[in-house]
Amino acid sequence: MIKARVTVTLKSGVLDPQGKAIEHALSGLGFAGVDQVRQGKVFDLELAGSDRAKAQADLKAMCEKLLANTVIEDYAIVLT
Amino acid sequence: MKSAVVLLPGLNRDRDMIAALTKISGKPPVTVWQTDSEIPDVDLVVIPGGFSYGDYLRCGAIGARMPVMRAVAEKAARGVMVMGVCNGFQILLEAGLLPGALMRNASLRFVCREVKLEVANANTAFTRRYAPGQVIRCPVAHHDGNYFADAETLARLEGEGRVVFRYAEGTNPNGSINDIAGIINENGNVLGLMPHPEDLIEAAHGGMDGRPLFEGLVGRAA
Repeated sequence: MIKARVTVTLKSGVLDPQGKAIEHALSGLGFAGVDQVRQGKVFDLELAGSDRAKAQADLKAMCEKLLANTVIEDYAIVLT
Repeated sequence: MKSAVVLLPGLNRDRDMIAALTKISGKPPVTVWQTDSEIPDVDLVVIPGGFSYGDYLRCGAIGARMPVMRAVAEKAARGVMVMGVCNGFQILLEAGLLPGALMRNASLRFVCREVKLEVANANTAFTRRYAPGQVIRCPVAHHDGNYFADAETLARLEGEGRVVFRYAEGTNPNGSINDIAGIINENGNVLGLMPHPEDLIEAAHGGMDGRPLFEGLVGRAA
């Protein structure tokens, strides 16, 4: 079995009102010096088999087809 | 006019849409379920609003990948009219039938109220019964209606007159770029919009500003 983590984040230049709200809440809690917060998503996947190259290719296809909306989001794949 | 309404679990504005289509076209639409791979011979396919799949992952993301959406894409490619309202608009974007994305409202709040809409392009099958630049009333109800597209896509949409509806008179409820409320595809047969014209079609609704959209489609298909 191969374990993988996919991280999906908003592209730079895309406004993130949720990140902005979190940023404000953090400063309200007294955390000074938080210049920016960007919110994203994390997916932990378990894939059958042991072919890491195939897993990498499959995960890329999954990101392109469903996990990320590439109009507004970037993704990163890490096999663990 | 023969029409079809797409049903997915979690959509909840299908009844309003079916009522509007029935009243204005005189024929009840057929309904197609998410697993249907074929849509009967119709002039118009509508994806109504709601919260398909609970808005999981991204609004419309799961619904857009259901088998029925391949059938919708085939209809669209053959020139059949397709309209997505609210969640239906989000689904059309996620399915790649329209460009751009709808993000969380800039206010982070769900908005449920009436807005003013400018008919930015009255030269489409959907808007031909409106006057160019006409400002109409229309309800909105959504949490993710903040339209975004990259600069190149935006310039193309604006340049080709594909922004069909714009929030007018400072009523932009969601931070949408260029006040965009509705856009059309390159061939002019696929429209997506956040507001709900189906909810303003008879006097009992408090207004009928949404009616010309449907009447224009009926007249075209007749």
